[in-house]
Amino acid sequence: MTATERVTRFVVWFVAAFTVVFLMTPLIVTIAVSFGSSTVFTLPPPDWSLRWYLRLANTRGLLPALMVSLQVAAISTTIAMALGTLCAIALVRGRFPGREAIATFLISPLMLPGLVIGIAMLQGFKALGLRDVYASLFVAHVVITLPYVVRTVAGALSLFDFSLIDAARTLGCNYPTALMRVLVPALAPAFLTSGMFAFLASMDNYPISIFFTDAWTKTLPIQMLQYVEETPDPTIAAISAGLVLLAILVLIIGDRLVGLRKLADF
Amino acid sequence: MTARAAPSHWRDPVILLAVPAVVYLLVVYAYPLLWLLMKSFTGPSGLTIQPYISFMSDPFNWRVVGNTLRVAAWVTLFCFVIGYPAAFALARAGTVVQIVMLVSIILPLSIGAVVKAFAWQIVLRRDGVVSQLLVGLGIWDEPQRLLFTETGLVLGAANIFLPFMILPIYSVVKLIDPRLSEAGATLGATPLYNFTRVTLPLTLPGIVSGVAFVFSMSVSMFVIPSLLIGDRFQTLATLTGRSFLLMRNEQLGSTTAVILLTLAVAIVVGSTWLARRLGGST
Repeated sequence: MTATERVTRFVVWFVAAFTVVFLMTPLIVTIAVSFGSSTVFTLPPPDWSLRWYLRLANTRGLLPALMVSLQVAAISTTIAMALGTLCAIALVRGRFPGREAIATFLISPLMLPGLVIGIAMLQGFKALGLRDVYASLFVAHVVITLPYVVRTVAGALSLFDFSLIDAARTLGCNYPTALMRVLVPALAPAFLTSGMFAFLASMDNYPISIFFTDAWTKTLPIQMLQYVEETPDPTIAAISAGLVLLAILVLIIGDRLVGLRKLADF
Repeated sequence: MTARAAPSHWRDPVILLAVPAVVYLLVVYAYPLLWLLMKSFTGPSGLTIQPYISFMSDPFNWRVVGNTLRVAAWVTLFCFVIGYPAAFALARAGTVVQIVMLVSIILPLSIGAVVKAFAWQIVLRRDGVVSQLLVGLGIWDEPQRLLFTETGLVLGAANIFLPFMILPIYSVVKLIDPRLSEAGATLGATPLYNFTRVTLPLTLPGIVSGVAFVFSMSVSMFVIPSLLIGDRFQTLATLTGRSFLLMRNEQLGSTTAVILLTLAVAIVVGSTWLARRLGGST
């Protein structure tokens, strides 16, 4: 090995170690602070305690915001999974012109600034006569969750060998049974994974939700940010730690379903 | 099966399955965006570019545009310098290291910006981790506050967007046969020549999409600057948000929103075109 190669190797592995530490820093800091007894975010904490978790229950507005977020995420993800899966089938199986343009259009909400989409929707919904806060949140969040479903399900479908369905039919299954026995199990992992990540994206969304909340209906990120600005104390770290835990769960299930490397596909 | 072999045609019945999703997005997403675009060019007496002229004639707004592009450029540069070697390490690592790296890249992706930006508020304090580390290494003589500074904003934003640089580069690096460089070396190429003539061109499409992702997300970030630098420092996105949420100045907000939208679309279209060209030539 030449000297240059050794230096390059060293730099690459040093950067890799730095990357892991750097990326994990916010998560570790959040969890450490949430279990600390200090009110002023001292790190490492002088003593460990659960006081911030106990305070969660008494923090005004937090529980309702969590409920709103869970409902919005669940309903919008369900709608997006139905619309998105149908559309993914059309994109992969169809032979009509403009498929690529349609695919780009469906993924585009991920690529445009959320804030601008939010502002446009705020005014568009007003023009369409949609004023209800809840309904607006549901309708808007389908736009956030749909790209995740279309991207993942279309990816999995394009890898699926459709001659397997013909094989099942040759072996005596009728067409619906063949679909149920062959296609559904093959697609289920990608389908569920896309749903989980869509759910998280909805739960975490700030820039679009901010335009569809009022004094009574707030989603969790909005309520959290307001809380950070008004009374910054580690209670927020305790909720954040909960969200980190949720993400870890999703990652573990996603790993079991489709594997970590697939999750990293871009 | 014969239908599938036929040339593409609008009459393919499978297209009907795409209709609900497409119609949904047209009504609640495309129509509002077009409406925003139209409205920003409509004055009391028909078509006008007056809002854009008055936006550009205010030196404050130029400072806002400058802030936006400068911060986005620094974030992108930081992410590239760290992300490029990290993508190689990820592609070439053994199983255990690869799993550790993948988890540390994917896990933060599924956690919201509010959570991470809040954590960076703690990290960047005078008694925070970064300050302690720099004093410990002897780089700083005394603890300093990085929160509410531009450096702190760049650091926090780079942390949040770094996965979007690593993953696209990783996706092309893992396709490169490591024996290519060995072959080059056997044929007498120096490491530098090997890198600039073999590795770099092959990874360019990944670099282009990573840079495009990080730059466009940094231009339009809203939560991160409001938590890490505050109101005194305005970017196009924070100004857009403020004009709607606080100032109730919809005219200014629509103008800046359309500028942001144009920037984002230009980056997406430009980078797709560039990546396709580079992908085709190598």
